[in-house]
Amino acid sequence: MALNLFRYASPASFYPAAQRMARWFAVAAAVFAVAGLWVGLIKAPTDATQGDSYRIIFIHVPAAWMSMFIYLVMALWSALALGYNTRLSSMMAQALAPTGALMTFVALVTGAFWGRPTWGTYWAWDARMTSELILLFLYFGVIALRNAIDDPRRADRACAVLTIVGAVNIPIIYFSVKWWNTLHQGATISMTAAPKMASIMLTGLVLMSLAAWAYSIAAALARVTSVIIERERGALWLSQLPEMRRSVAA
Amino acid sequence: MRALTPALALETAAPATGAVAPAFVWALARDMRIAFRSRAELGVQVLFYVIVVTLFPLSTAPERGLLAALGPGVLWVAALLASLLSLPRLFAADFADGTLEQMALSPWSLPAIVSGKIAAHWLTSGVPVVVLAPLLGMQYALDASALSTLTLGLLLGTPILSLLGAIGAALTLGLRGGGALLALLVLPLTVPVLIFGAGAVDAVRAGLGAGANFSLLAAGLLIALVGAPLAAAAAVRIALD
Amino acid sequence: MLEAHDLAGARGHARLFHGVAFRVDAGRALAVTGANGSGKTTLLRMLAGLTAPAAGSIRFNGAPMSPFDPRLREAVVFSGHLPALKDELTALENLESLSTLAGASVSRAQLVEALDRVALSRRQMLPARVLSQGQRRRIGLARLRVLRKPLWILDEPATALDHDGTALFGAMLAEHLEGGGAAVVATHQPIDLPPGRMATLAIDACAP
Repeated sequence: MALNLFRYASPASFYPAAQRMARWFAVAAAVFAVAGLWVGLIKAPTDATQGDSYRIIFIHVPAAWMSMFIYLVMALWSALALGYNTRLSSMMAQALAPTGALMTFVALVTGAFWGRPTWGTYWAWDARMTSELILLFLYFGVIALRNAIDDPRRADRACAVLTIVGAVNIPIIYFSVKWWNTLHQGATISMTAAPKMASIMLTGLVLMSLAAWAYSIAAALARVTSVIIERERGALWLSQLPEMRRSVAA
Repeated sequence: MRALTPALALETAAPATGAVAPAFVWALARDMRIAFRSRAELGVQVLFYVIVVTLFPLSTAPERGLLAALGPGVLWVAALLASLLSLPRLFAADFADGTLEQMALSPWSLPAIVSGKIAAHWLTSGVPVVVLAPLLGMQYALDASALSTLTLGLLLGTPILSLLGAIGAALTLGLRGGGALLALLVLPLTVPVLIFGAGAVDAVRAGLGAGANFSLLAAGLLIALVGAPLAAAAAVRIALD
Repeated sequence: MLEAHDLAGARGHARLFHGVAFRVDAGRALAVTGANGSGKTTLLRMLAGLTAPAAGSIRFNGAPMSPFDPRLREAVVFSGHLPALKDELTALENLESLSTLAGASVSRAQLVEALDRVALSRRQMLPARVLSQGQRRRIGLARLRVLRKPLWILDEPATALDHDGTALFGAMLAEHLEGGGAAVVATHQPIDLPPGRMATLAIDACAP
C-alpha cells in the first residue's frame, strides 16, 4: 500500500487520478445529498418541541463535523509535507483550507438560523459556536499566510507550521471556551442538544454527513488540480496534457 | 604544503553544538542591551498600554458596577494588544541586518537563542504591563483581591503571549501586511489565556477561588515554554530559506 | 572538504542554475563569478546550509549535508550581503557578540588585536551606526581573523572595501589557505592568489 501511494507522490501522476476521483466524488456527493435532504426535509417527522426549524441540523451538524475533520486532515498533510518534503502534501493542505473555511462558515450561519427560532437569538456565546468561530479565524490565518508569501516553498512550510500549531491549540481552545461557557451560561442553553433522535433522523444525518464528506473530497481534489497547474507551470508533462494542447491550438 | 595547523583547529573548549544555556544568556543579554540603548521605543509601548486602558472608561458610562465588571477583560485585552504591538520587532531588526542569519548558522541551539530573545521581549513589554496593572486597575474600581488576582494572572499569562507571539512573528518575517497578519495569526491562539486570566478575577469575585485558573495558566505556560521556541525556531529557518 | 554534485538552484519559480559540480579541498579556494542575479548568492547560501538545493547534493568532509547541518555550523564562517552588525552596539561589542555566537571563547585582547589589524582600533568604541560601509566590512574581516574556522563561505567580501582593505583581505585569504583552510568566495573582482590555490566557477555558464 505504501509503495502504491508513493507512486502518486508526484504531481504529474496524481493529476489525472485527482481529476477522475473528483468527478466520482462529486456524483456521490450529489446522490447522498439528494437522499439525505429527502429524508431530512420530507420523511423525518416534525419535532415535538422545536417544530420544523430543527431540520437545519441536517446541514449544520455535518458542516460542523467536516470543519473540524478537514482541519485535522490539513494538519496531517502538513506534517507529511514537513517530514517528507513532498510538494504534493503541501498542495493537498493548500487545497483543503478554503473548503474547511466554507464548512465552518456554513456551520456558523446555520447555527445562527437554528438559534433564532429556537432560543430567540442569532448568537449566544455557546461553547461550540464560539469554538467554531475561532476555528474560522484559524482557517483565515492559514489562507492569509499563504497569500502573503510569494515563494511557494516558504509558503508551504510556513503554512504547515501554522496549521500544526493551530491543531495542537484547538483542543485547548475548545476546552477553555467550554469552561468559560459553563461559568457564564450554566446548563440552560446548549445549541448542540439535538432533539431526541428518531432513527429516521439519524439516517438523515448520516446521509448528509456522507454527502458533506464526499463534497469536501471532490472540492479539494478539484482545487488541487488547479493548484498543480499553477505551481507546475513550465513542467513538460503539463504542456503535454490534452487540455493544454487544445487551448494552445485554439 | 603545511598540514592543517593547530591555529585552524576548532575551538578546544567544550563543543558548542546544541549548547543551550550560553545561547539563552547570550541572546537575552544582547537583546536587553540593545533595547536599553533605544529606550524611547520601550517607553512608547508602555504608554500605549496605559492609554488604551484609560480610553475605555472615557468611552463608556463610568458607572462603577459596569467598570468593575469590565475591568479585568479590558486590562487583559490591552495587555494582548500591547504585546502584539511590540512583537514585530522581536525578529525583524535582526532579519533586516543579517544577524538572524548568523544566529541560525551558529553551532548553538536555535530554540535556545530564540528563547533568550523571547525572554528579553517579555521583560521589556510583559513585565511593565504586570507592574502597571494594579495601578491601572484602580481606575476600574477593582478591590485589592481582584487586583492581586489580575496581576498574578498577568504574570503567568504575559510570558505565554510572548511565546505564542514569537511563533507568529517568525512566520510573518519580512511579509507585507506584517502587523495585521501577525495579529490574525496570534489572537485566536491566545483565547485560552484570555479566558483563564480574566476568568480568574471573576472566580475570585464569585467566591470560588482562582486556583484552577492559575493551575491551567501555569500548565499552559509550561507547554508554551517547551513548544513555542521549537516552533518559532522552525519558522525562523523557513523564513531564512 | 566541500563537494557539490549536480546542484540546481531556483528562486521562486525562476530557475537559476543547474549541473553545478565542484570540489574544494583544504588549502584551496573557489571563486564564483557571474553577473548580478545569476545565482551566486543562492549557491553560497546552499553551501552554507541556509537553503536546500532544488536538485543535487552537497557533501561536507565526505558525508552528505542537509540544511543547518550541525557539523557545518561548527566549521563554517558565512558572510552574506549584509554585514550582520547591530547599529546600537559598538564595533568591539559587535565583534564580541558575533564571536561568542559562533561558539568561540575569545579574550578582549584578541578582539582588540583583530580590530587593530583591520585598522579600526580608533573606532572600536563607536556605535556601528556611525561607521561607513567599508568600515563595517572590516569588522567582518576581523571576525574571520578571530574565529579561525576551517571553511569560509563569503559573498562578495570585498564590497565597499578600499584598496588597502582589498589587499588586506587578499593577505588574510592567502594566510587562511596556507594554514589548511578552504574558502568559497563570490566575487566580481579578481583575487590575487598563487595559481593552483584557486579554481573559478563561472555560474553564468550553468544557466538552464
